[in-house]
Amino acid sequence: MPQTPLHAEHARLGASFTDFGGWDMPVRYSSDLAEHEAVRNSAGLFDISHMAEIFVSGPQAASFLDYALVIQSSAIAIGKAKYALICNAQGGIIDDLIVYRLADDEFLVIANAGNRHAVVHALKERAIFQGFVGVEDKSDDFALLALQGPLATELLQQVVDTDLSALPYYSIARGKVSSVDAFLCRTGYTGEDGFEVMVPAADAVKIFNSLLELGITPCGLASRDTLRLEAGMPLYGHELNLEINPYQAGLGRVVKLERDDDFVGKSALAALAQKAQDSVLVGLVGSGKRAARADYEVFSSDTLIGKVTSGALSPTLGYPVAMAYVSKQFSDVGSEVEVDIRGTRLAMTVVKLPFYKRSK
Amino acid sequence: MSNPTNLHYTKEHEWVAIEGDVATIGITAYAAEKLGDVVFVDLPKVGSSTTYMKICGEIESTKSVGELYAPLDGEVIEINSVVVDAPETVNSDPFGSGWLIKVRFSSLPELMTASEYDALTGEG
Repeated sequence: MPQTPLHAEHARLGASFTDFGGWDMPVRYSSDLAEHEAVRNSAGLFDISHMAEIFVSGPQAASFLDYALVIQSSAIAIGKAKYALICNAQGGIIDDLIVYRLADDEFLVIANAGNRHAVVHALKERAIFQGFVGVEDKSDDFALLALQGPLATELLQQVVDTDLSALPYYSIARGKVSSVDAFLCRTGYTGEDGFEVMVPAADAVKIFNSLLELGITPCGLASRDTLRLEAGMPLYGHELNLEINPYQAGLGRVVKLERDDDFVGKSALAALAQKAQDSVLVGLVGSGKRAARADYEVFSSDTLIGKVTSGALSPTLGYPVAMAYVSKQFSDVGSEVEVDIRGTRLAMTVVKLPFYKRSK
Repeated sequence: MSNPTNLHYTKEHEWVAIEGDVATIGITAYAAEKLGDVVFVDLPKVGSSTTYMKICGEIESTKSVGELYAPLDGEVIEINSVVVDAPETVNSDPFGSGWLIKVRFSSLPELMTASEYDALTGEG
């Protein structure tokens, strides 16, 4: 199983490991609740080097991405980022991505680890029709670290040579971290402020340890999952897959149908946007301490109306939260539903996502 | 954490302490570690009966659900209210204050010794 350049460091810190997207990743170091709390209250450090870094470059890079993805990448200013989807011709979601514009003719696309090859393949296939564009999978050349939490920026600033306060949310800049060339991205997947720092794989251990020395708590994927769930962020393979279209997933706003030019999936997505969706993604909250978990069935009295895609006892809120696909008629905020928790019904209420929003 | 030699063990990662005809039952440090932070325990009612290797409770962590298998036939005479109120005790003191239930039993099935359990979990 592939490992990130930091695997030995995780082992040294006493991490437990799990298979995630085909990678042997740290699930927790000691307590996932403590790690979750560190990110909400101070700062946490995640190794997300399993994620894919794909560089798209050349004079046609912008127009190529306009065609390959559902967003308008050519409208992204240099140094800015945008959340994106790559869909198939039927409008199904191949992956969700972050697209950063590095230069007029260069973009960085971050894809999920488990979809790395599908995304690279789709981009290369789509590039054939698009003139001068290079699609390079440089995932093995880089390590990616996420520093998240209210103190993340202030702590990272101590080892960075550029002024981080000048870097707004969803932007990217080059800088040096502990004298190593890095990309500094003000993005994340936890609902907190913070940075994702991309450094050469060879420097990963040095950077990781220099960040730990600042007192940042190392955090595993267990806490990353509860953090993103509270923040109402979808996880591919749970809320998103090839059979799900953006309108079901509440991501219709990401798809730029109003564009004049064509993009892969556009005609299918235009039709889907007009159609009432059978089932849609909702947030559910309940009381008590029992969690509605992925794959548990959702009922309205005796009628099966959907399925949970992610769920946990929210560490921050103290009650169960879940995301689920339910029949459209039960998806209004305030709808009362029941989730079958291993034979016992838990009453849950449809709420607006996210469950948790940080105070600015 | 090493497995105390005065306890008995099951392949489902429970430990059993025998005192007369009463067995105190908990989950091992290995199991608690694998589960992650325990956030909820669902224990059988006092007075209910347990059947060897039948599920009699659940231990939920943030990430997963662990089942509690009864290590012997008997009757539940006490549940640990400390872990009901503070499930994290299962992680902090699995072999001590994190015990789960006490069962009165009539006969004792064959259970593992600490060294056998060490071998099962690849420790020792």
